[in-house]
Parts: sequence; C-alpha cells; structure tokens
Amino acid sequence: MLKAKLQNKIAIGALYGVAGIVVLILVALLGYILVSGMPQLSWHFLTAPAKAFLKGGGVGVQLFNSFYLLILAMLISFPIALGAAIYLYEYAKDNWVTSVVRTAIEILSSLPSVVVGLFGFLFFVVKLKLGFSILSGAFALTFFNLPLLTRNIEDSLHTISENQREGGLALGLSRWETVNKIILPAAVPSILTGVILSAGRVFGEAAALIYTAGQSAPALNFADWNPFNISSPLNPMRPAETLAVHIWKINSEGIMPDAKAISSGSSAVLVIAILLFNLAARYLGKRLYKRLTSA
Amino acid sequence: MKNTQPTTADLERQLKRRSKAAKLEVWGRVVSFSALILIVAVVVAIIGFVASKGIATFTTNHVNLWDFLTGKDWNPGIKDAHGKPEVGALSMIVGSFLITILSALIATPFAIGTAVFMNEISPNRGAKILQPVTELLVGIPSVVYGFIGLSVVVPFTRNVFGGSGFGILSGTCVLFVMILPTVTSMSADALRSVPRYYREASLALGATQWQTIWKVVLRAATPGLMTAVVFGMARAFGEALAVQMVIGNAALMPHTLVDPAATLTSVLTTGIGNTVMGSLQNNALWSLALVLLLMSLVFNLIVRLIGRKGRLH
Repeated sequence: MLKAKLQNKIAIGALYGVAGIVVLILVALLGYILVSGMPQLSWHFLTAPAKAFLKGGGVGVQLFNSFYLLILAMLISFPIALGAAIYLYEYAKDNWVTSVVRTAIEILSSLPSVVVGLFGFLFFVVKLKLGFSILSGAFALTFFNLPLLTRNIEDSLHTISENQREGGLALGLSRWETVNKIILPAAVPSILTGVILSAGRVFGEAAALIYTAGQSAPALNFADWNPFNISSPLNPMRPAETLAVHIWKINSEGIMPDAKAISSGSSAVLVIAILLFNLAARYLGKRLYKRLTSA
Repeated sequence: MKNTQPTTADLERQLKRRSKAAKLEVWGRVVSFSALILIVAVVVAIIGFVASKGIATFTTNHVNLWDFLTGKDWNPGIKDAHGKPEVGALSMIVGSFLITILSALIATPFAIGTAVFMNEISPNRGAKILQPVTELLVGIPSVVYGFIGLSVVVPFTRNVFGGSGFGILSGTCVLFVMILPTVTSMSADALRSVPRYYREASLALGATQWQTIWKVVLRAATPGLMTAVVFGMARAFGEALAVQMVIGNAALMPHTLVDPAATLTSVLTTGIGNTVMGSLQNNALWSLALVLLLMSLVFNLIVRLIGRKGRLH
C-alpha cells in the first residue's frame, strides 16, 4: 500500500519535471526567436528590398511575395477543398471508391513537402514551361495545402447537427440546396478557422517553393499594378522568393554580411504572423459563430 | 382546330422532366465529385512522375538497384574502378534513418509525459497554457527551426564536442524540438479520447493516480500514442530545409554523431538545382526522391495498421 503511494508520488513528480522541461524548451524557443528578432524589426526592414552583398537590406519584396503566394494558393485550393469535402461528407457512400479517395488524401498529406516541391518543379516549371514563377509556386502550395484544408472543412461539416440536414431535406430541398443554404452557412465560422490555420502553415512553407517559385526576388515597382508588366508586383510569371525561402537561402549561401540579423528579423516576422493567424482564427471563429447562430 | 388542352404526351413529358432543383443537384454532385477526382489525380500524378524519373537511374543508366541501396560512395559524376558511376545512397539512407529514430526516441517520452501532464494531472494549466503554446509551435515554419539550430545548436555542439558542429547530433536536436509539439498535441488528443469512466472505474478500485495513468489510460490510448509517434517520425524523415541547414551536407557514412553527414532530403535540396535534367547525376537524385516517397508511403501504411489494430480493442 505504502509502496503504491510512494510510487505515485515519485511518478507524478517526474511528470511535473518532464512537463516543466518541455515548457522550458518551448518558452526558450519562442523567447529566443522574439528577443533576437524584435530589435531588427523596423519600417525600413519590412519594406526595403533585400541587398545581396551589403548590410542594411530589408525583406519588403519577400514579405509581399509571401502574402501574394498565400492568397493565390488559397484562391486555388479553397474551392477544390470545399468541393471535395462536401462530396466526401455529404454524398460519398461507404464503399471502396471512398476509401481509395481517403487513402489518396492521407498519402498527399503525409508526403514530404520537398517531394511535392520537386513534382511541382518537374511538372509546372519544366513540363508546362511556367518557369520559376509565382504560379508554379502557388500550384505547389495548393497540393501541399489541399489535404489539410479538405480535412478541416470535413471536420467543420461534421460539427453541424444531423437535424439540420434532416430539416432541409424534410422541407423538400435537394441535398445540394440543403448543403448550400443550411449546412455551409452554419459551418462558416469553423471553416474560416480551418482556412486561417492552414494559411499559417502555407505562409511558412519553404521546401515546396525553392524549386517552384524560385530563389530570387527581382526588384518590384510598387507603382505598377498591371499584372502583365515584368516588374509589377502582381505579375504571376515572375520568380518570387518568399520570406521563409529567404531565411534558408541567406543562411546556406553565406554571402550577405548581416545574414544573421536579417534571418532573426525574418524569423520573428514569420512567428508573429503565425501567432496573428492563430489569434485571428480563434477570435473570428468565436465572433462569427455568435453572429451567425445567435447562440 | 387547335387543341388548348395539353396532350397526354405533353403532360407525360412535363411530369417526367427533371425539376430545376434536381438538375442543380446533379450539377452540384458532379462539381464536388470532380474536385475530389482532381485531388486523387494529383496524388497519382505525383507518384507517377517521381517514380518514372526515379526509375530512370536503373533502366536508362543501368545502375544496379542493390548497388544503389548499399553502396557507400556518392559521387554520381565520377566512375569507379569498374567504370560504373558511384551512386551508393547508403550514407544518406542511414543519415535519414538515424536522425529520424534518434529524434523520435528523445521526443517520445517528453511528448507523452507532457500530454499526460496536461490531460491527467493539471488539466486546467494544460488547457490554458500548454495547449495553445504547443498548437502555436506546431505551426512554426521549419526554416525557423533550422535557423535556430544554425545559430544556437551548431555552435553549442562545436564547443562541447569539437569539430564543425554540423552533423547528426545537431540535426537530431533540431528535429527533436521540431516534432515535439506535433507529437505532444497528437498524444494529448489520444489521451483525451479515452473515456472518462475508465479513469473513474480504476480510481474507484483503489488505484492511485499513477496506477490509473500507467495501467489504464496509457494502455487504452496506446494506438493513438503510437500513431502520434509515427507521425512525428514521418515529419522528421521528410523534413528538408531545417535538417539541411545543420547536418553539414557531406554524403559520407557517419562514423560519429558529430561528423558532417547528409540525409536524403538534404542532398535533394542542395543537388537538384545544380544538375542537368536527364543526366545520371540528376536521375540519381530523383531516385533519392523516390526512396523518400516510398518511405512516406510506408509510414502511412504503419499508421493504417495501427489504426486497424486499435479498432479491434
């Protein structure tokens, strides 16, 4: 009896210790990123173009590229993921076709992102001759994002009570109308949360991009918004190094004199962006849920 | 004479015609199904393309598959004494497996311990602090982990163990921290799915909290915990940039943990841009990508097997 109690005490104490160490590691990690990166942040750093061989460059172009790629990738992947999730959850019968499809989605989600990037390189950059471009990068990110987003949306559909579906069908609506008019509006808050969280993942992805969107960031003319001009920020055919790729590149090349400072700053920007995505997902999800459901 | 009454044929057509809603229904079904088919097509295309490129080393360049998997010398541009190209991938395969297994071995006790702590011992603090922090850290980009590895871990190993600091050890440290949040948060999910009455029944029998955790909760959650660890391993195995930044990128057999080494992913990221499409050097890299792809399928299979076995309980 005593032995069991003593054992209990020791074990619980050990668990406190383990959890303490993990918290310490995680806090030190976040702290290191923020403390070493925050002093680098300034308006100049966030907006100025990068300098390859000199000190004092910024990450303005890379930051813009990251957001532009994120938006394009989301625009392509969201409708596909939505359709796939609707079919999987609302229509699909439990048969071998469905299980094959589910397996395929699982495989896609577990593929290393470098493999997805290499496929993007082979197919879009080389075969379709899109070159190192924003478009190639957006497609690669789409593949990377699709399985995650599909699963998120499916989970959101799952949270809507079966009564709502029965209600719609009992009113004589078709299944499609039920989904569109009843289920989707009710699921919007949690779908949005899922979209924002996956946006955070896409925002920091680099391995899928180094051979698709490329590793160079040509200077942009932010006064030129015609997508067909080569120096226009909106041109989807230009190569576009993102912030995450930038960190990798300047560290592995080692020709930029202040690479370390720039990487610390960029890391802090990435982490803060992810933090904001997370907070926004929580906040907007709750807020929208209140507004849409009067709950 | 004009007949204003609809004929039976008209009536029949009208009644048998599909309503607008029914047409919409078919349309919606087709659209959403084609989205699904598109995803499947993408998966098939990825596997097909990578496999066809990866096999070229063996079909076009006539490299022996066994030599490829067991050879220790990786210099695709150079021919050895027998006039065969040196494309032995063993050093990279060993490197990949070493850092994966080592980081998973270190991460597992920490991750499961933390998951138990936040779920069983201090649910309040767990839900308020630990869970949001781990969820945030799951989303931190891997290059950030790589950069921290480069600026903290590599100098540390250099000072403590000597050498350059780049190597398996630094890679393991970086991957350990990287997969820790993933495995923790998935383990916590697994523990959460253990029904409450399991714990209540055990405590009612007079078991201590630790006995309940060790003999009931962890046993019941084993399939979920194993899935979490395998997911962590899959992530570690497929991670490219964070590892590439700290491993040293020398495609040599690792003799100690602090020698520069290479993994499948690190050789891929550094090499693919420096080789010409269709050359042996390039094909050999695609073969490495194929190995990577196959391993990710194996991890997937393991997860499925665990899931199936878990369901039997």
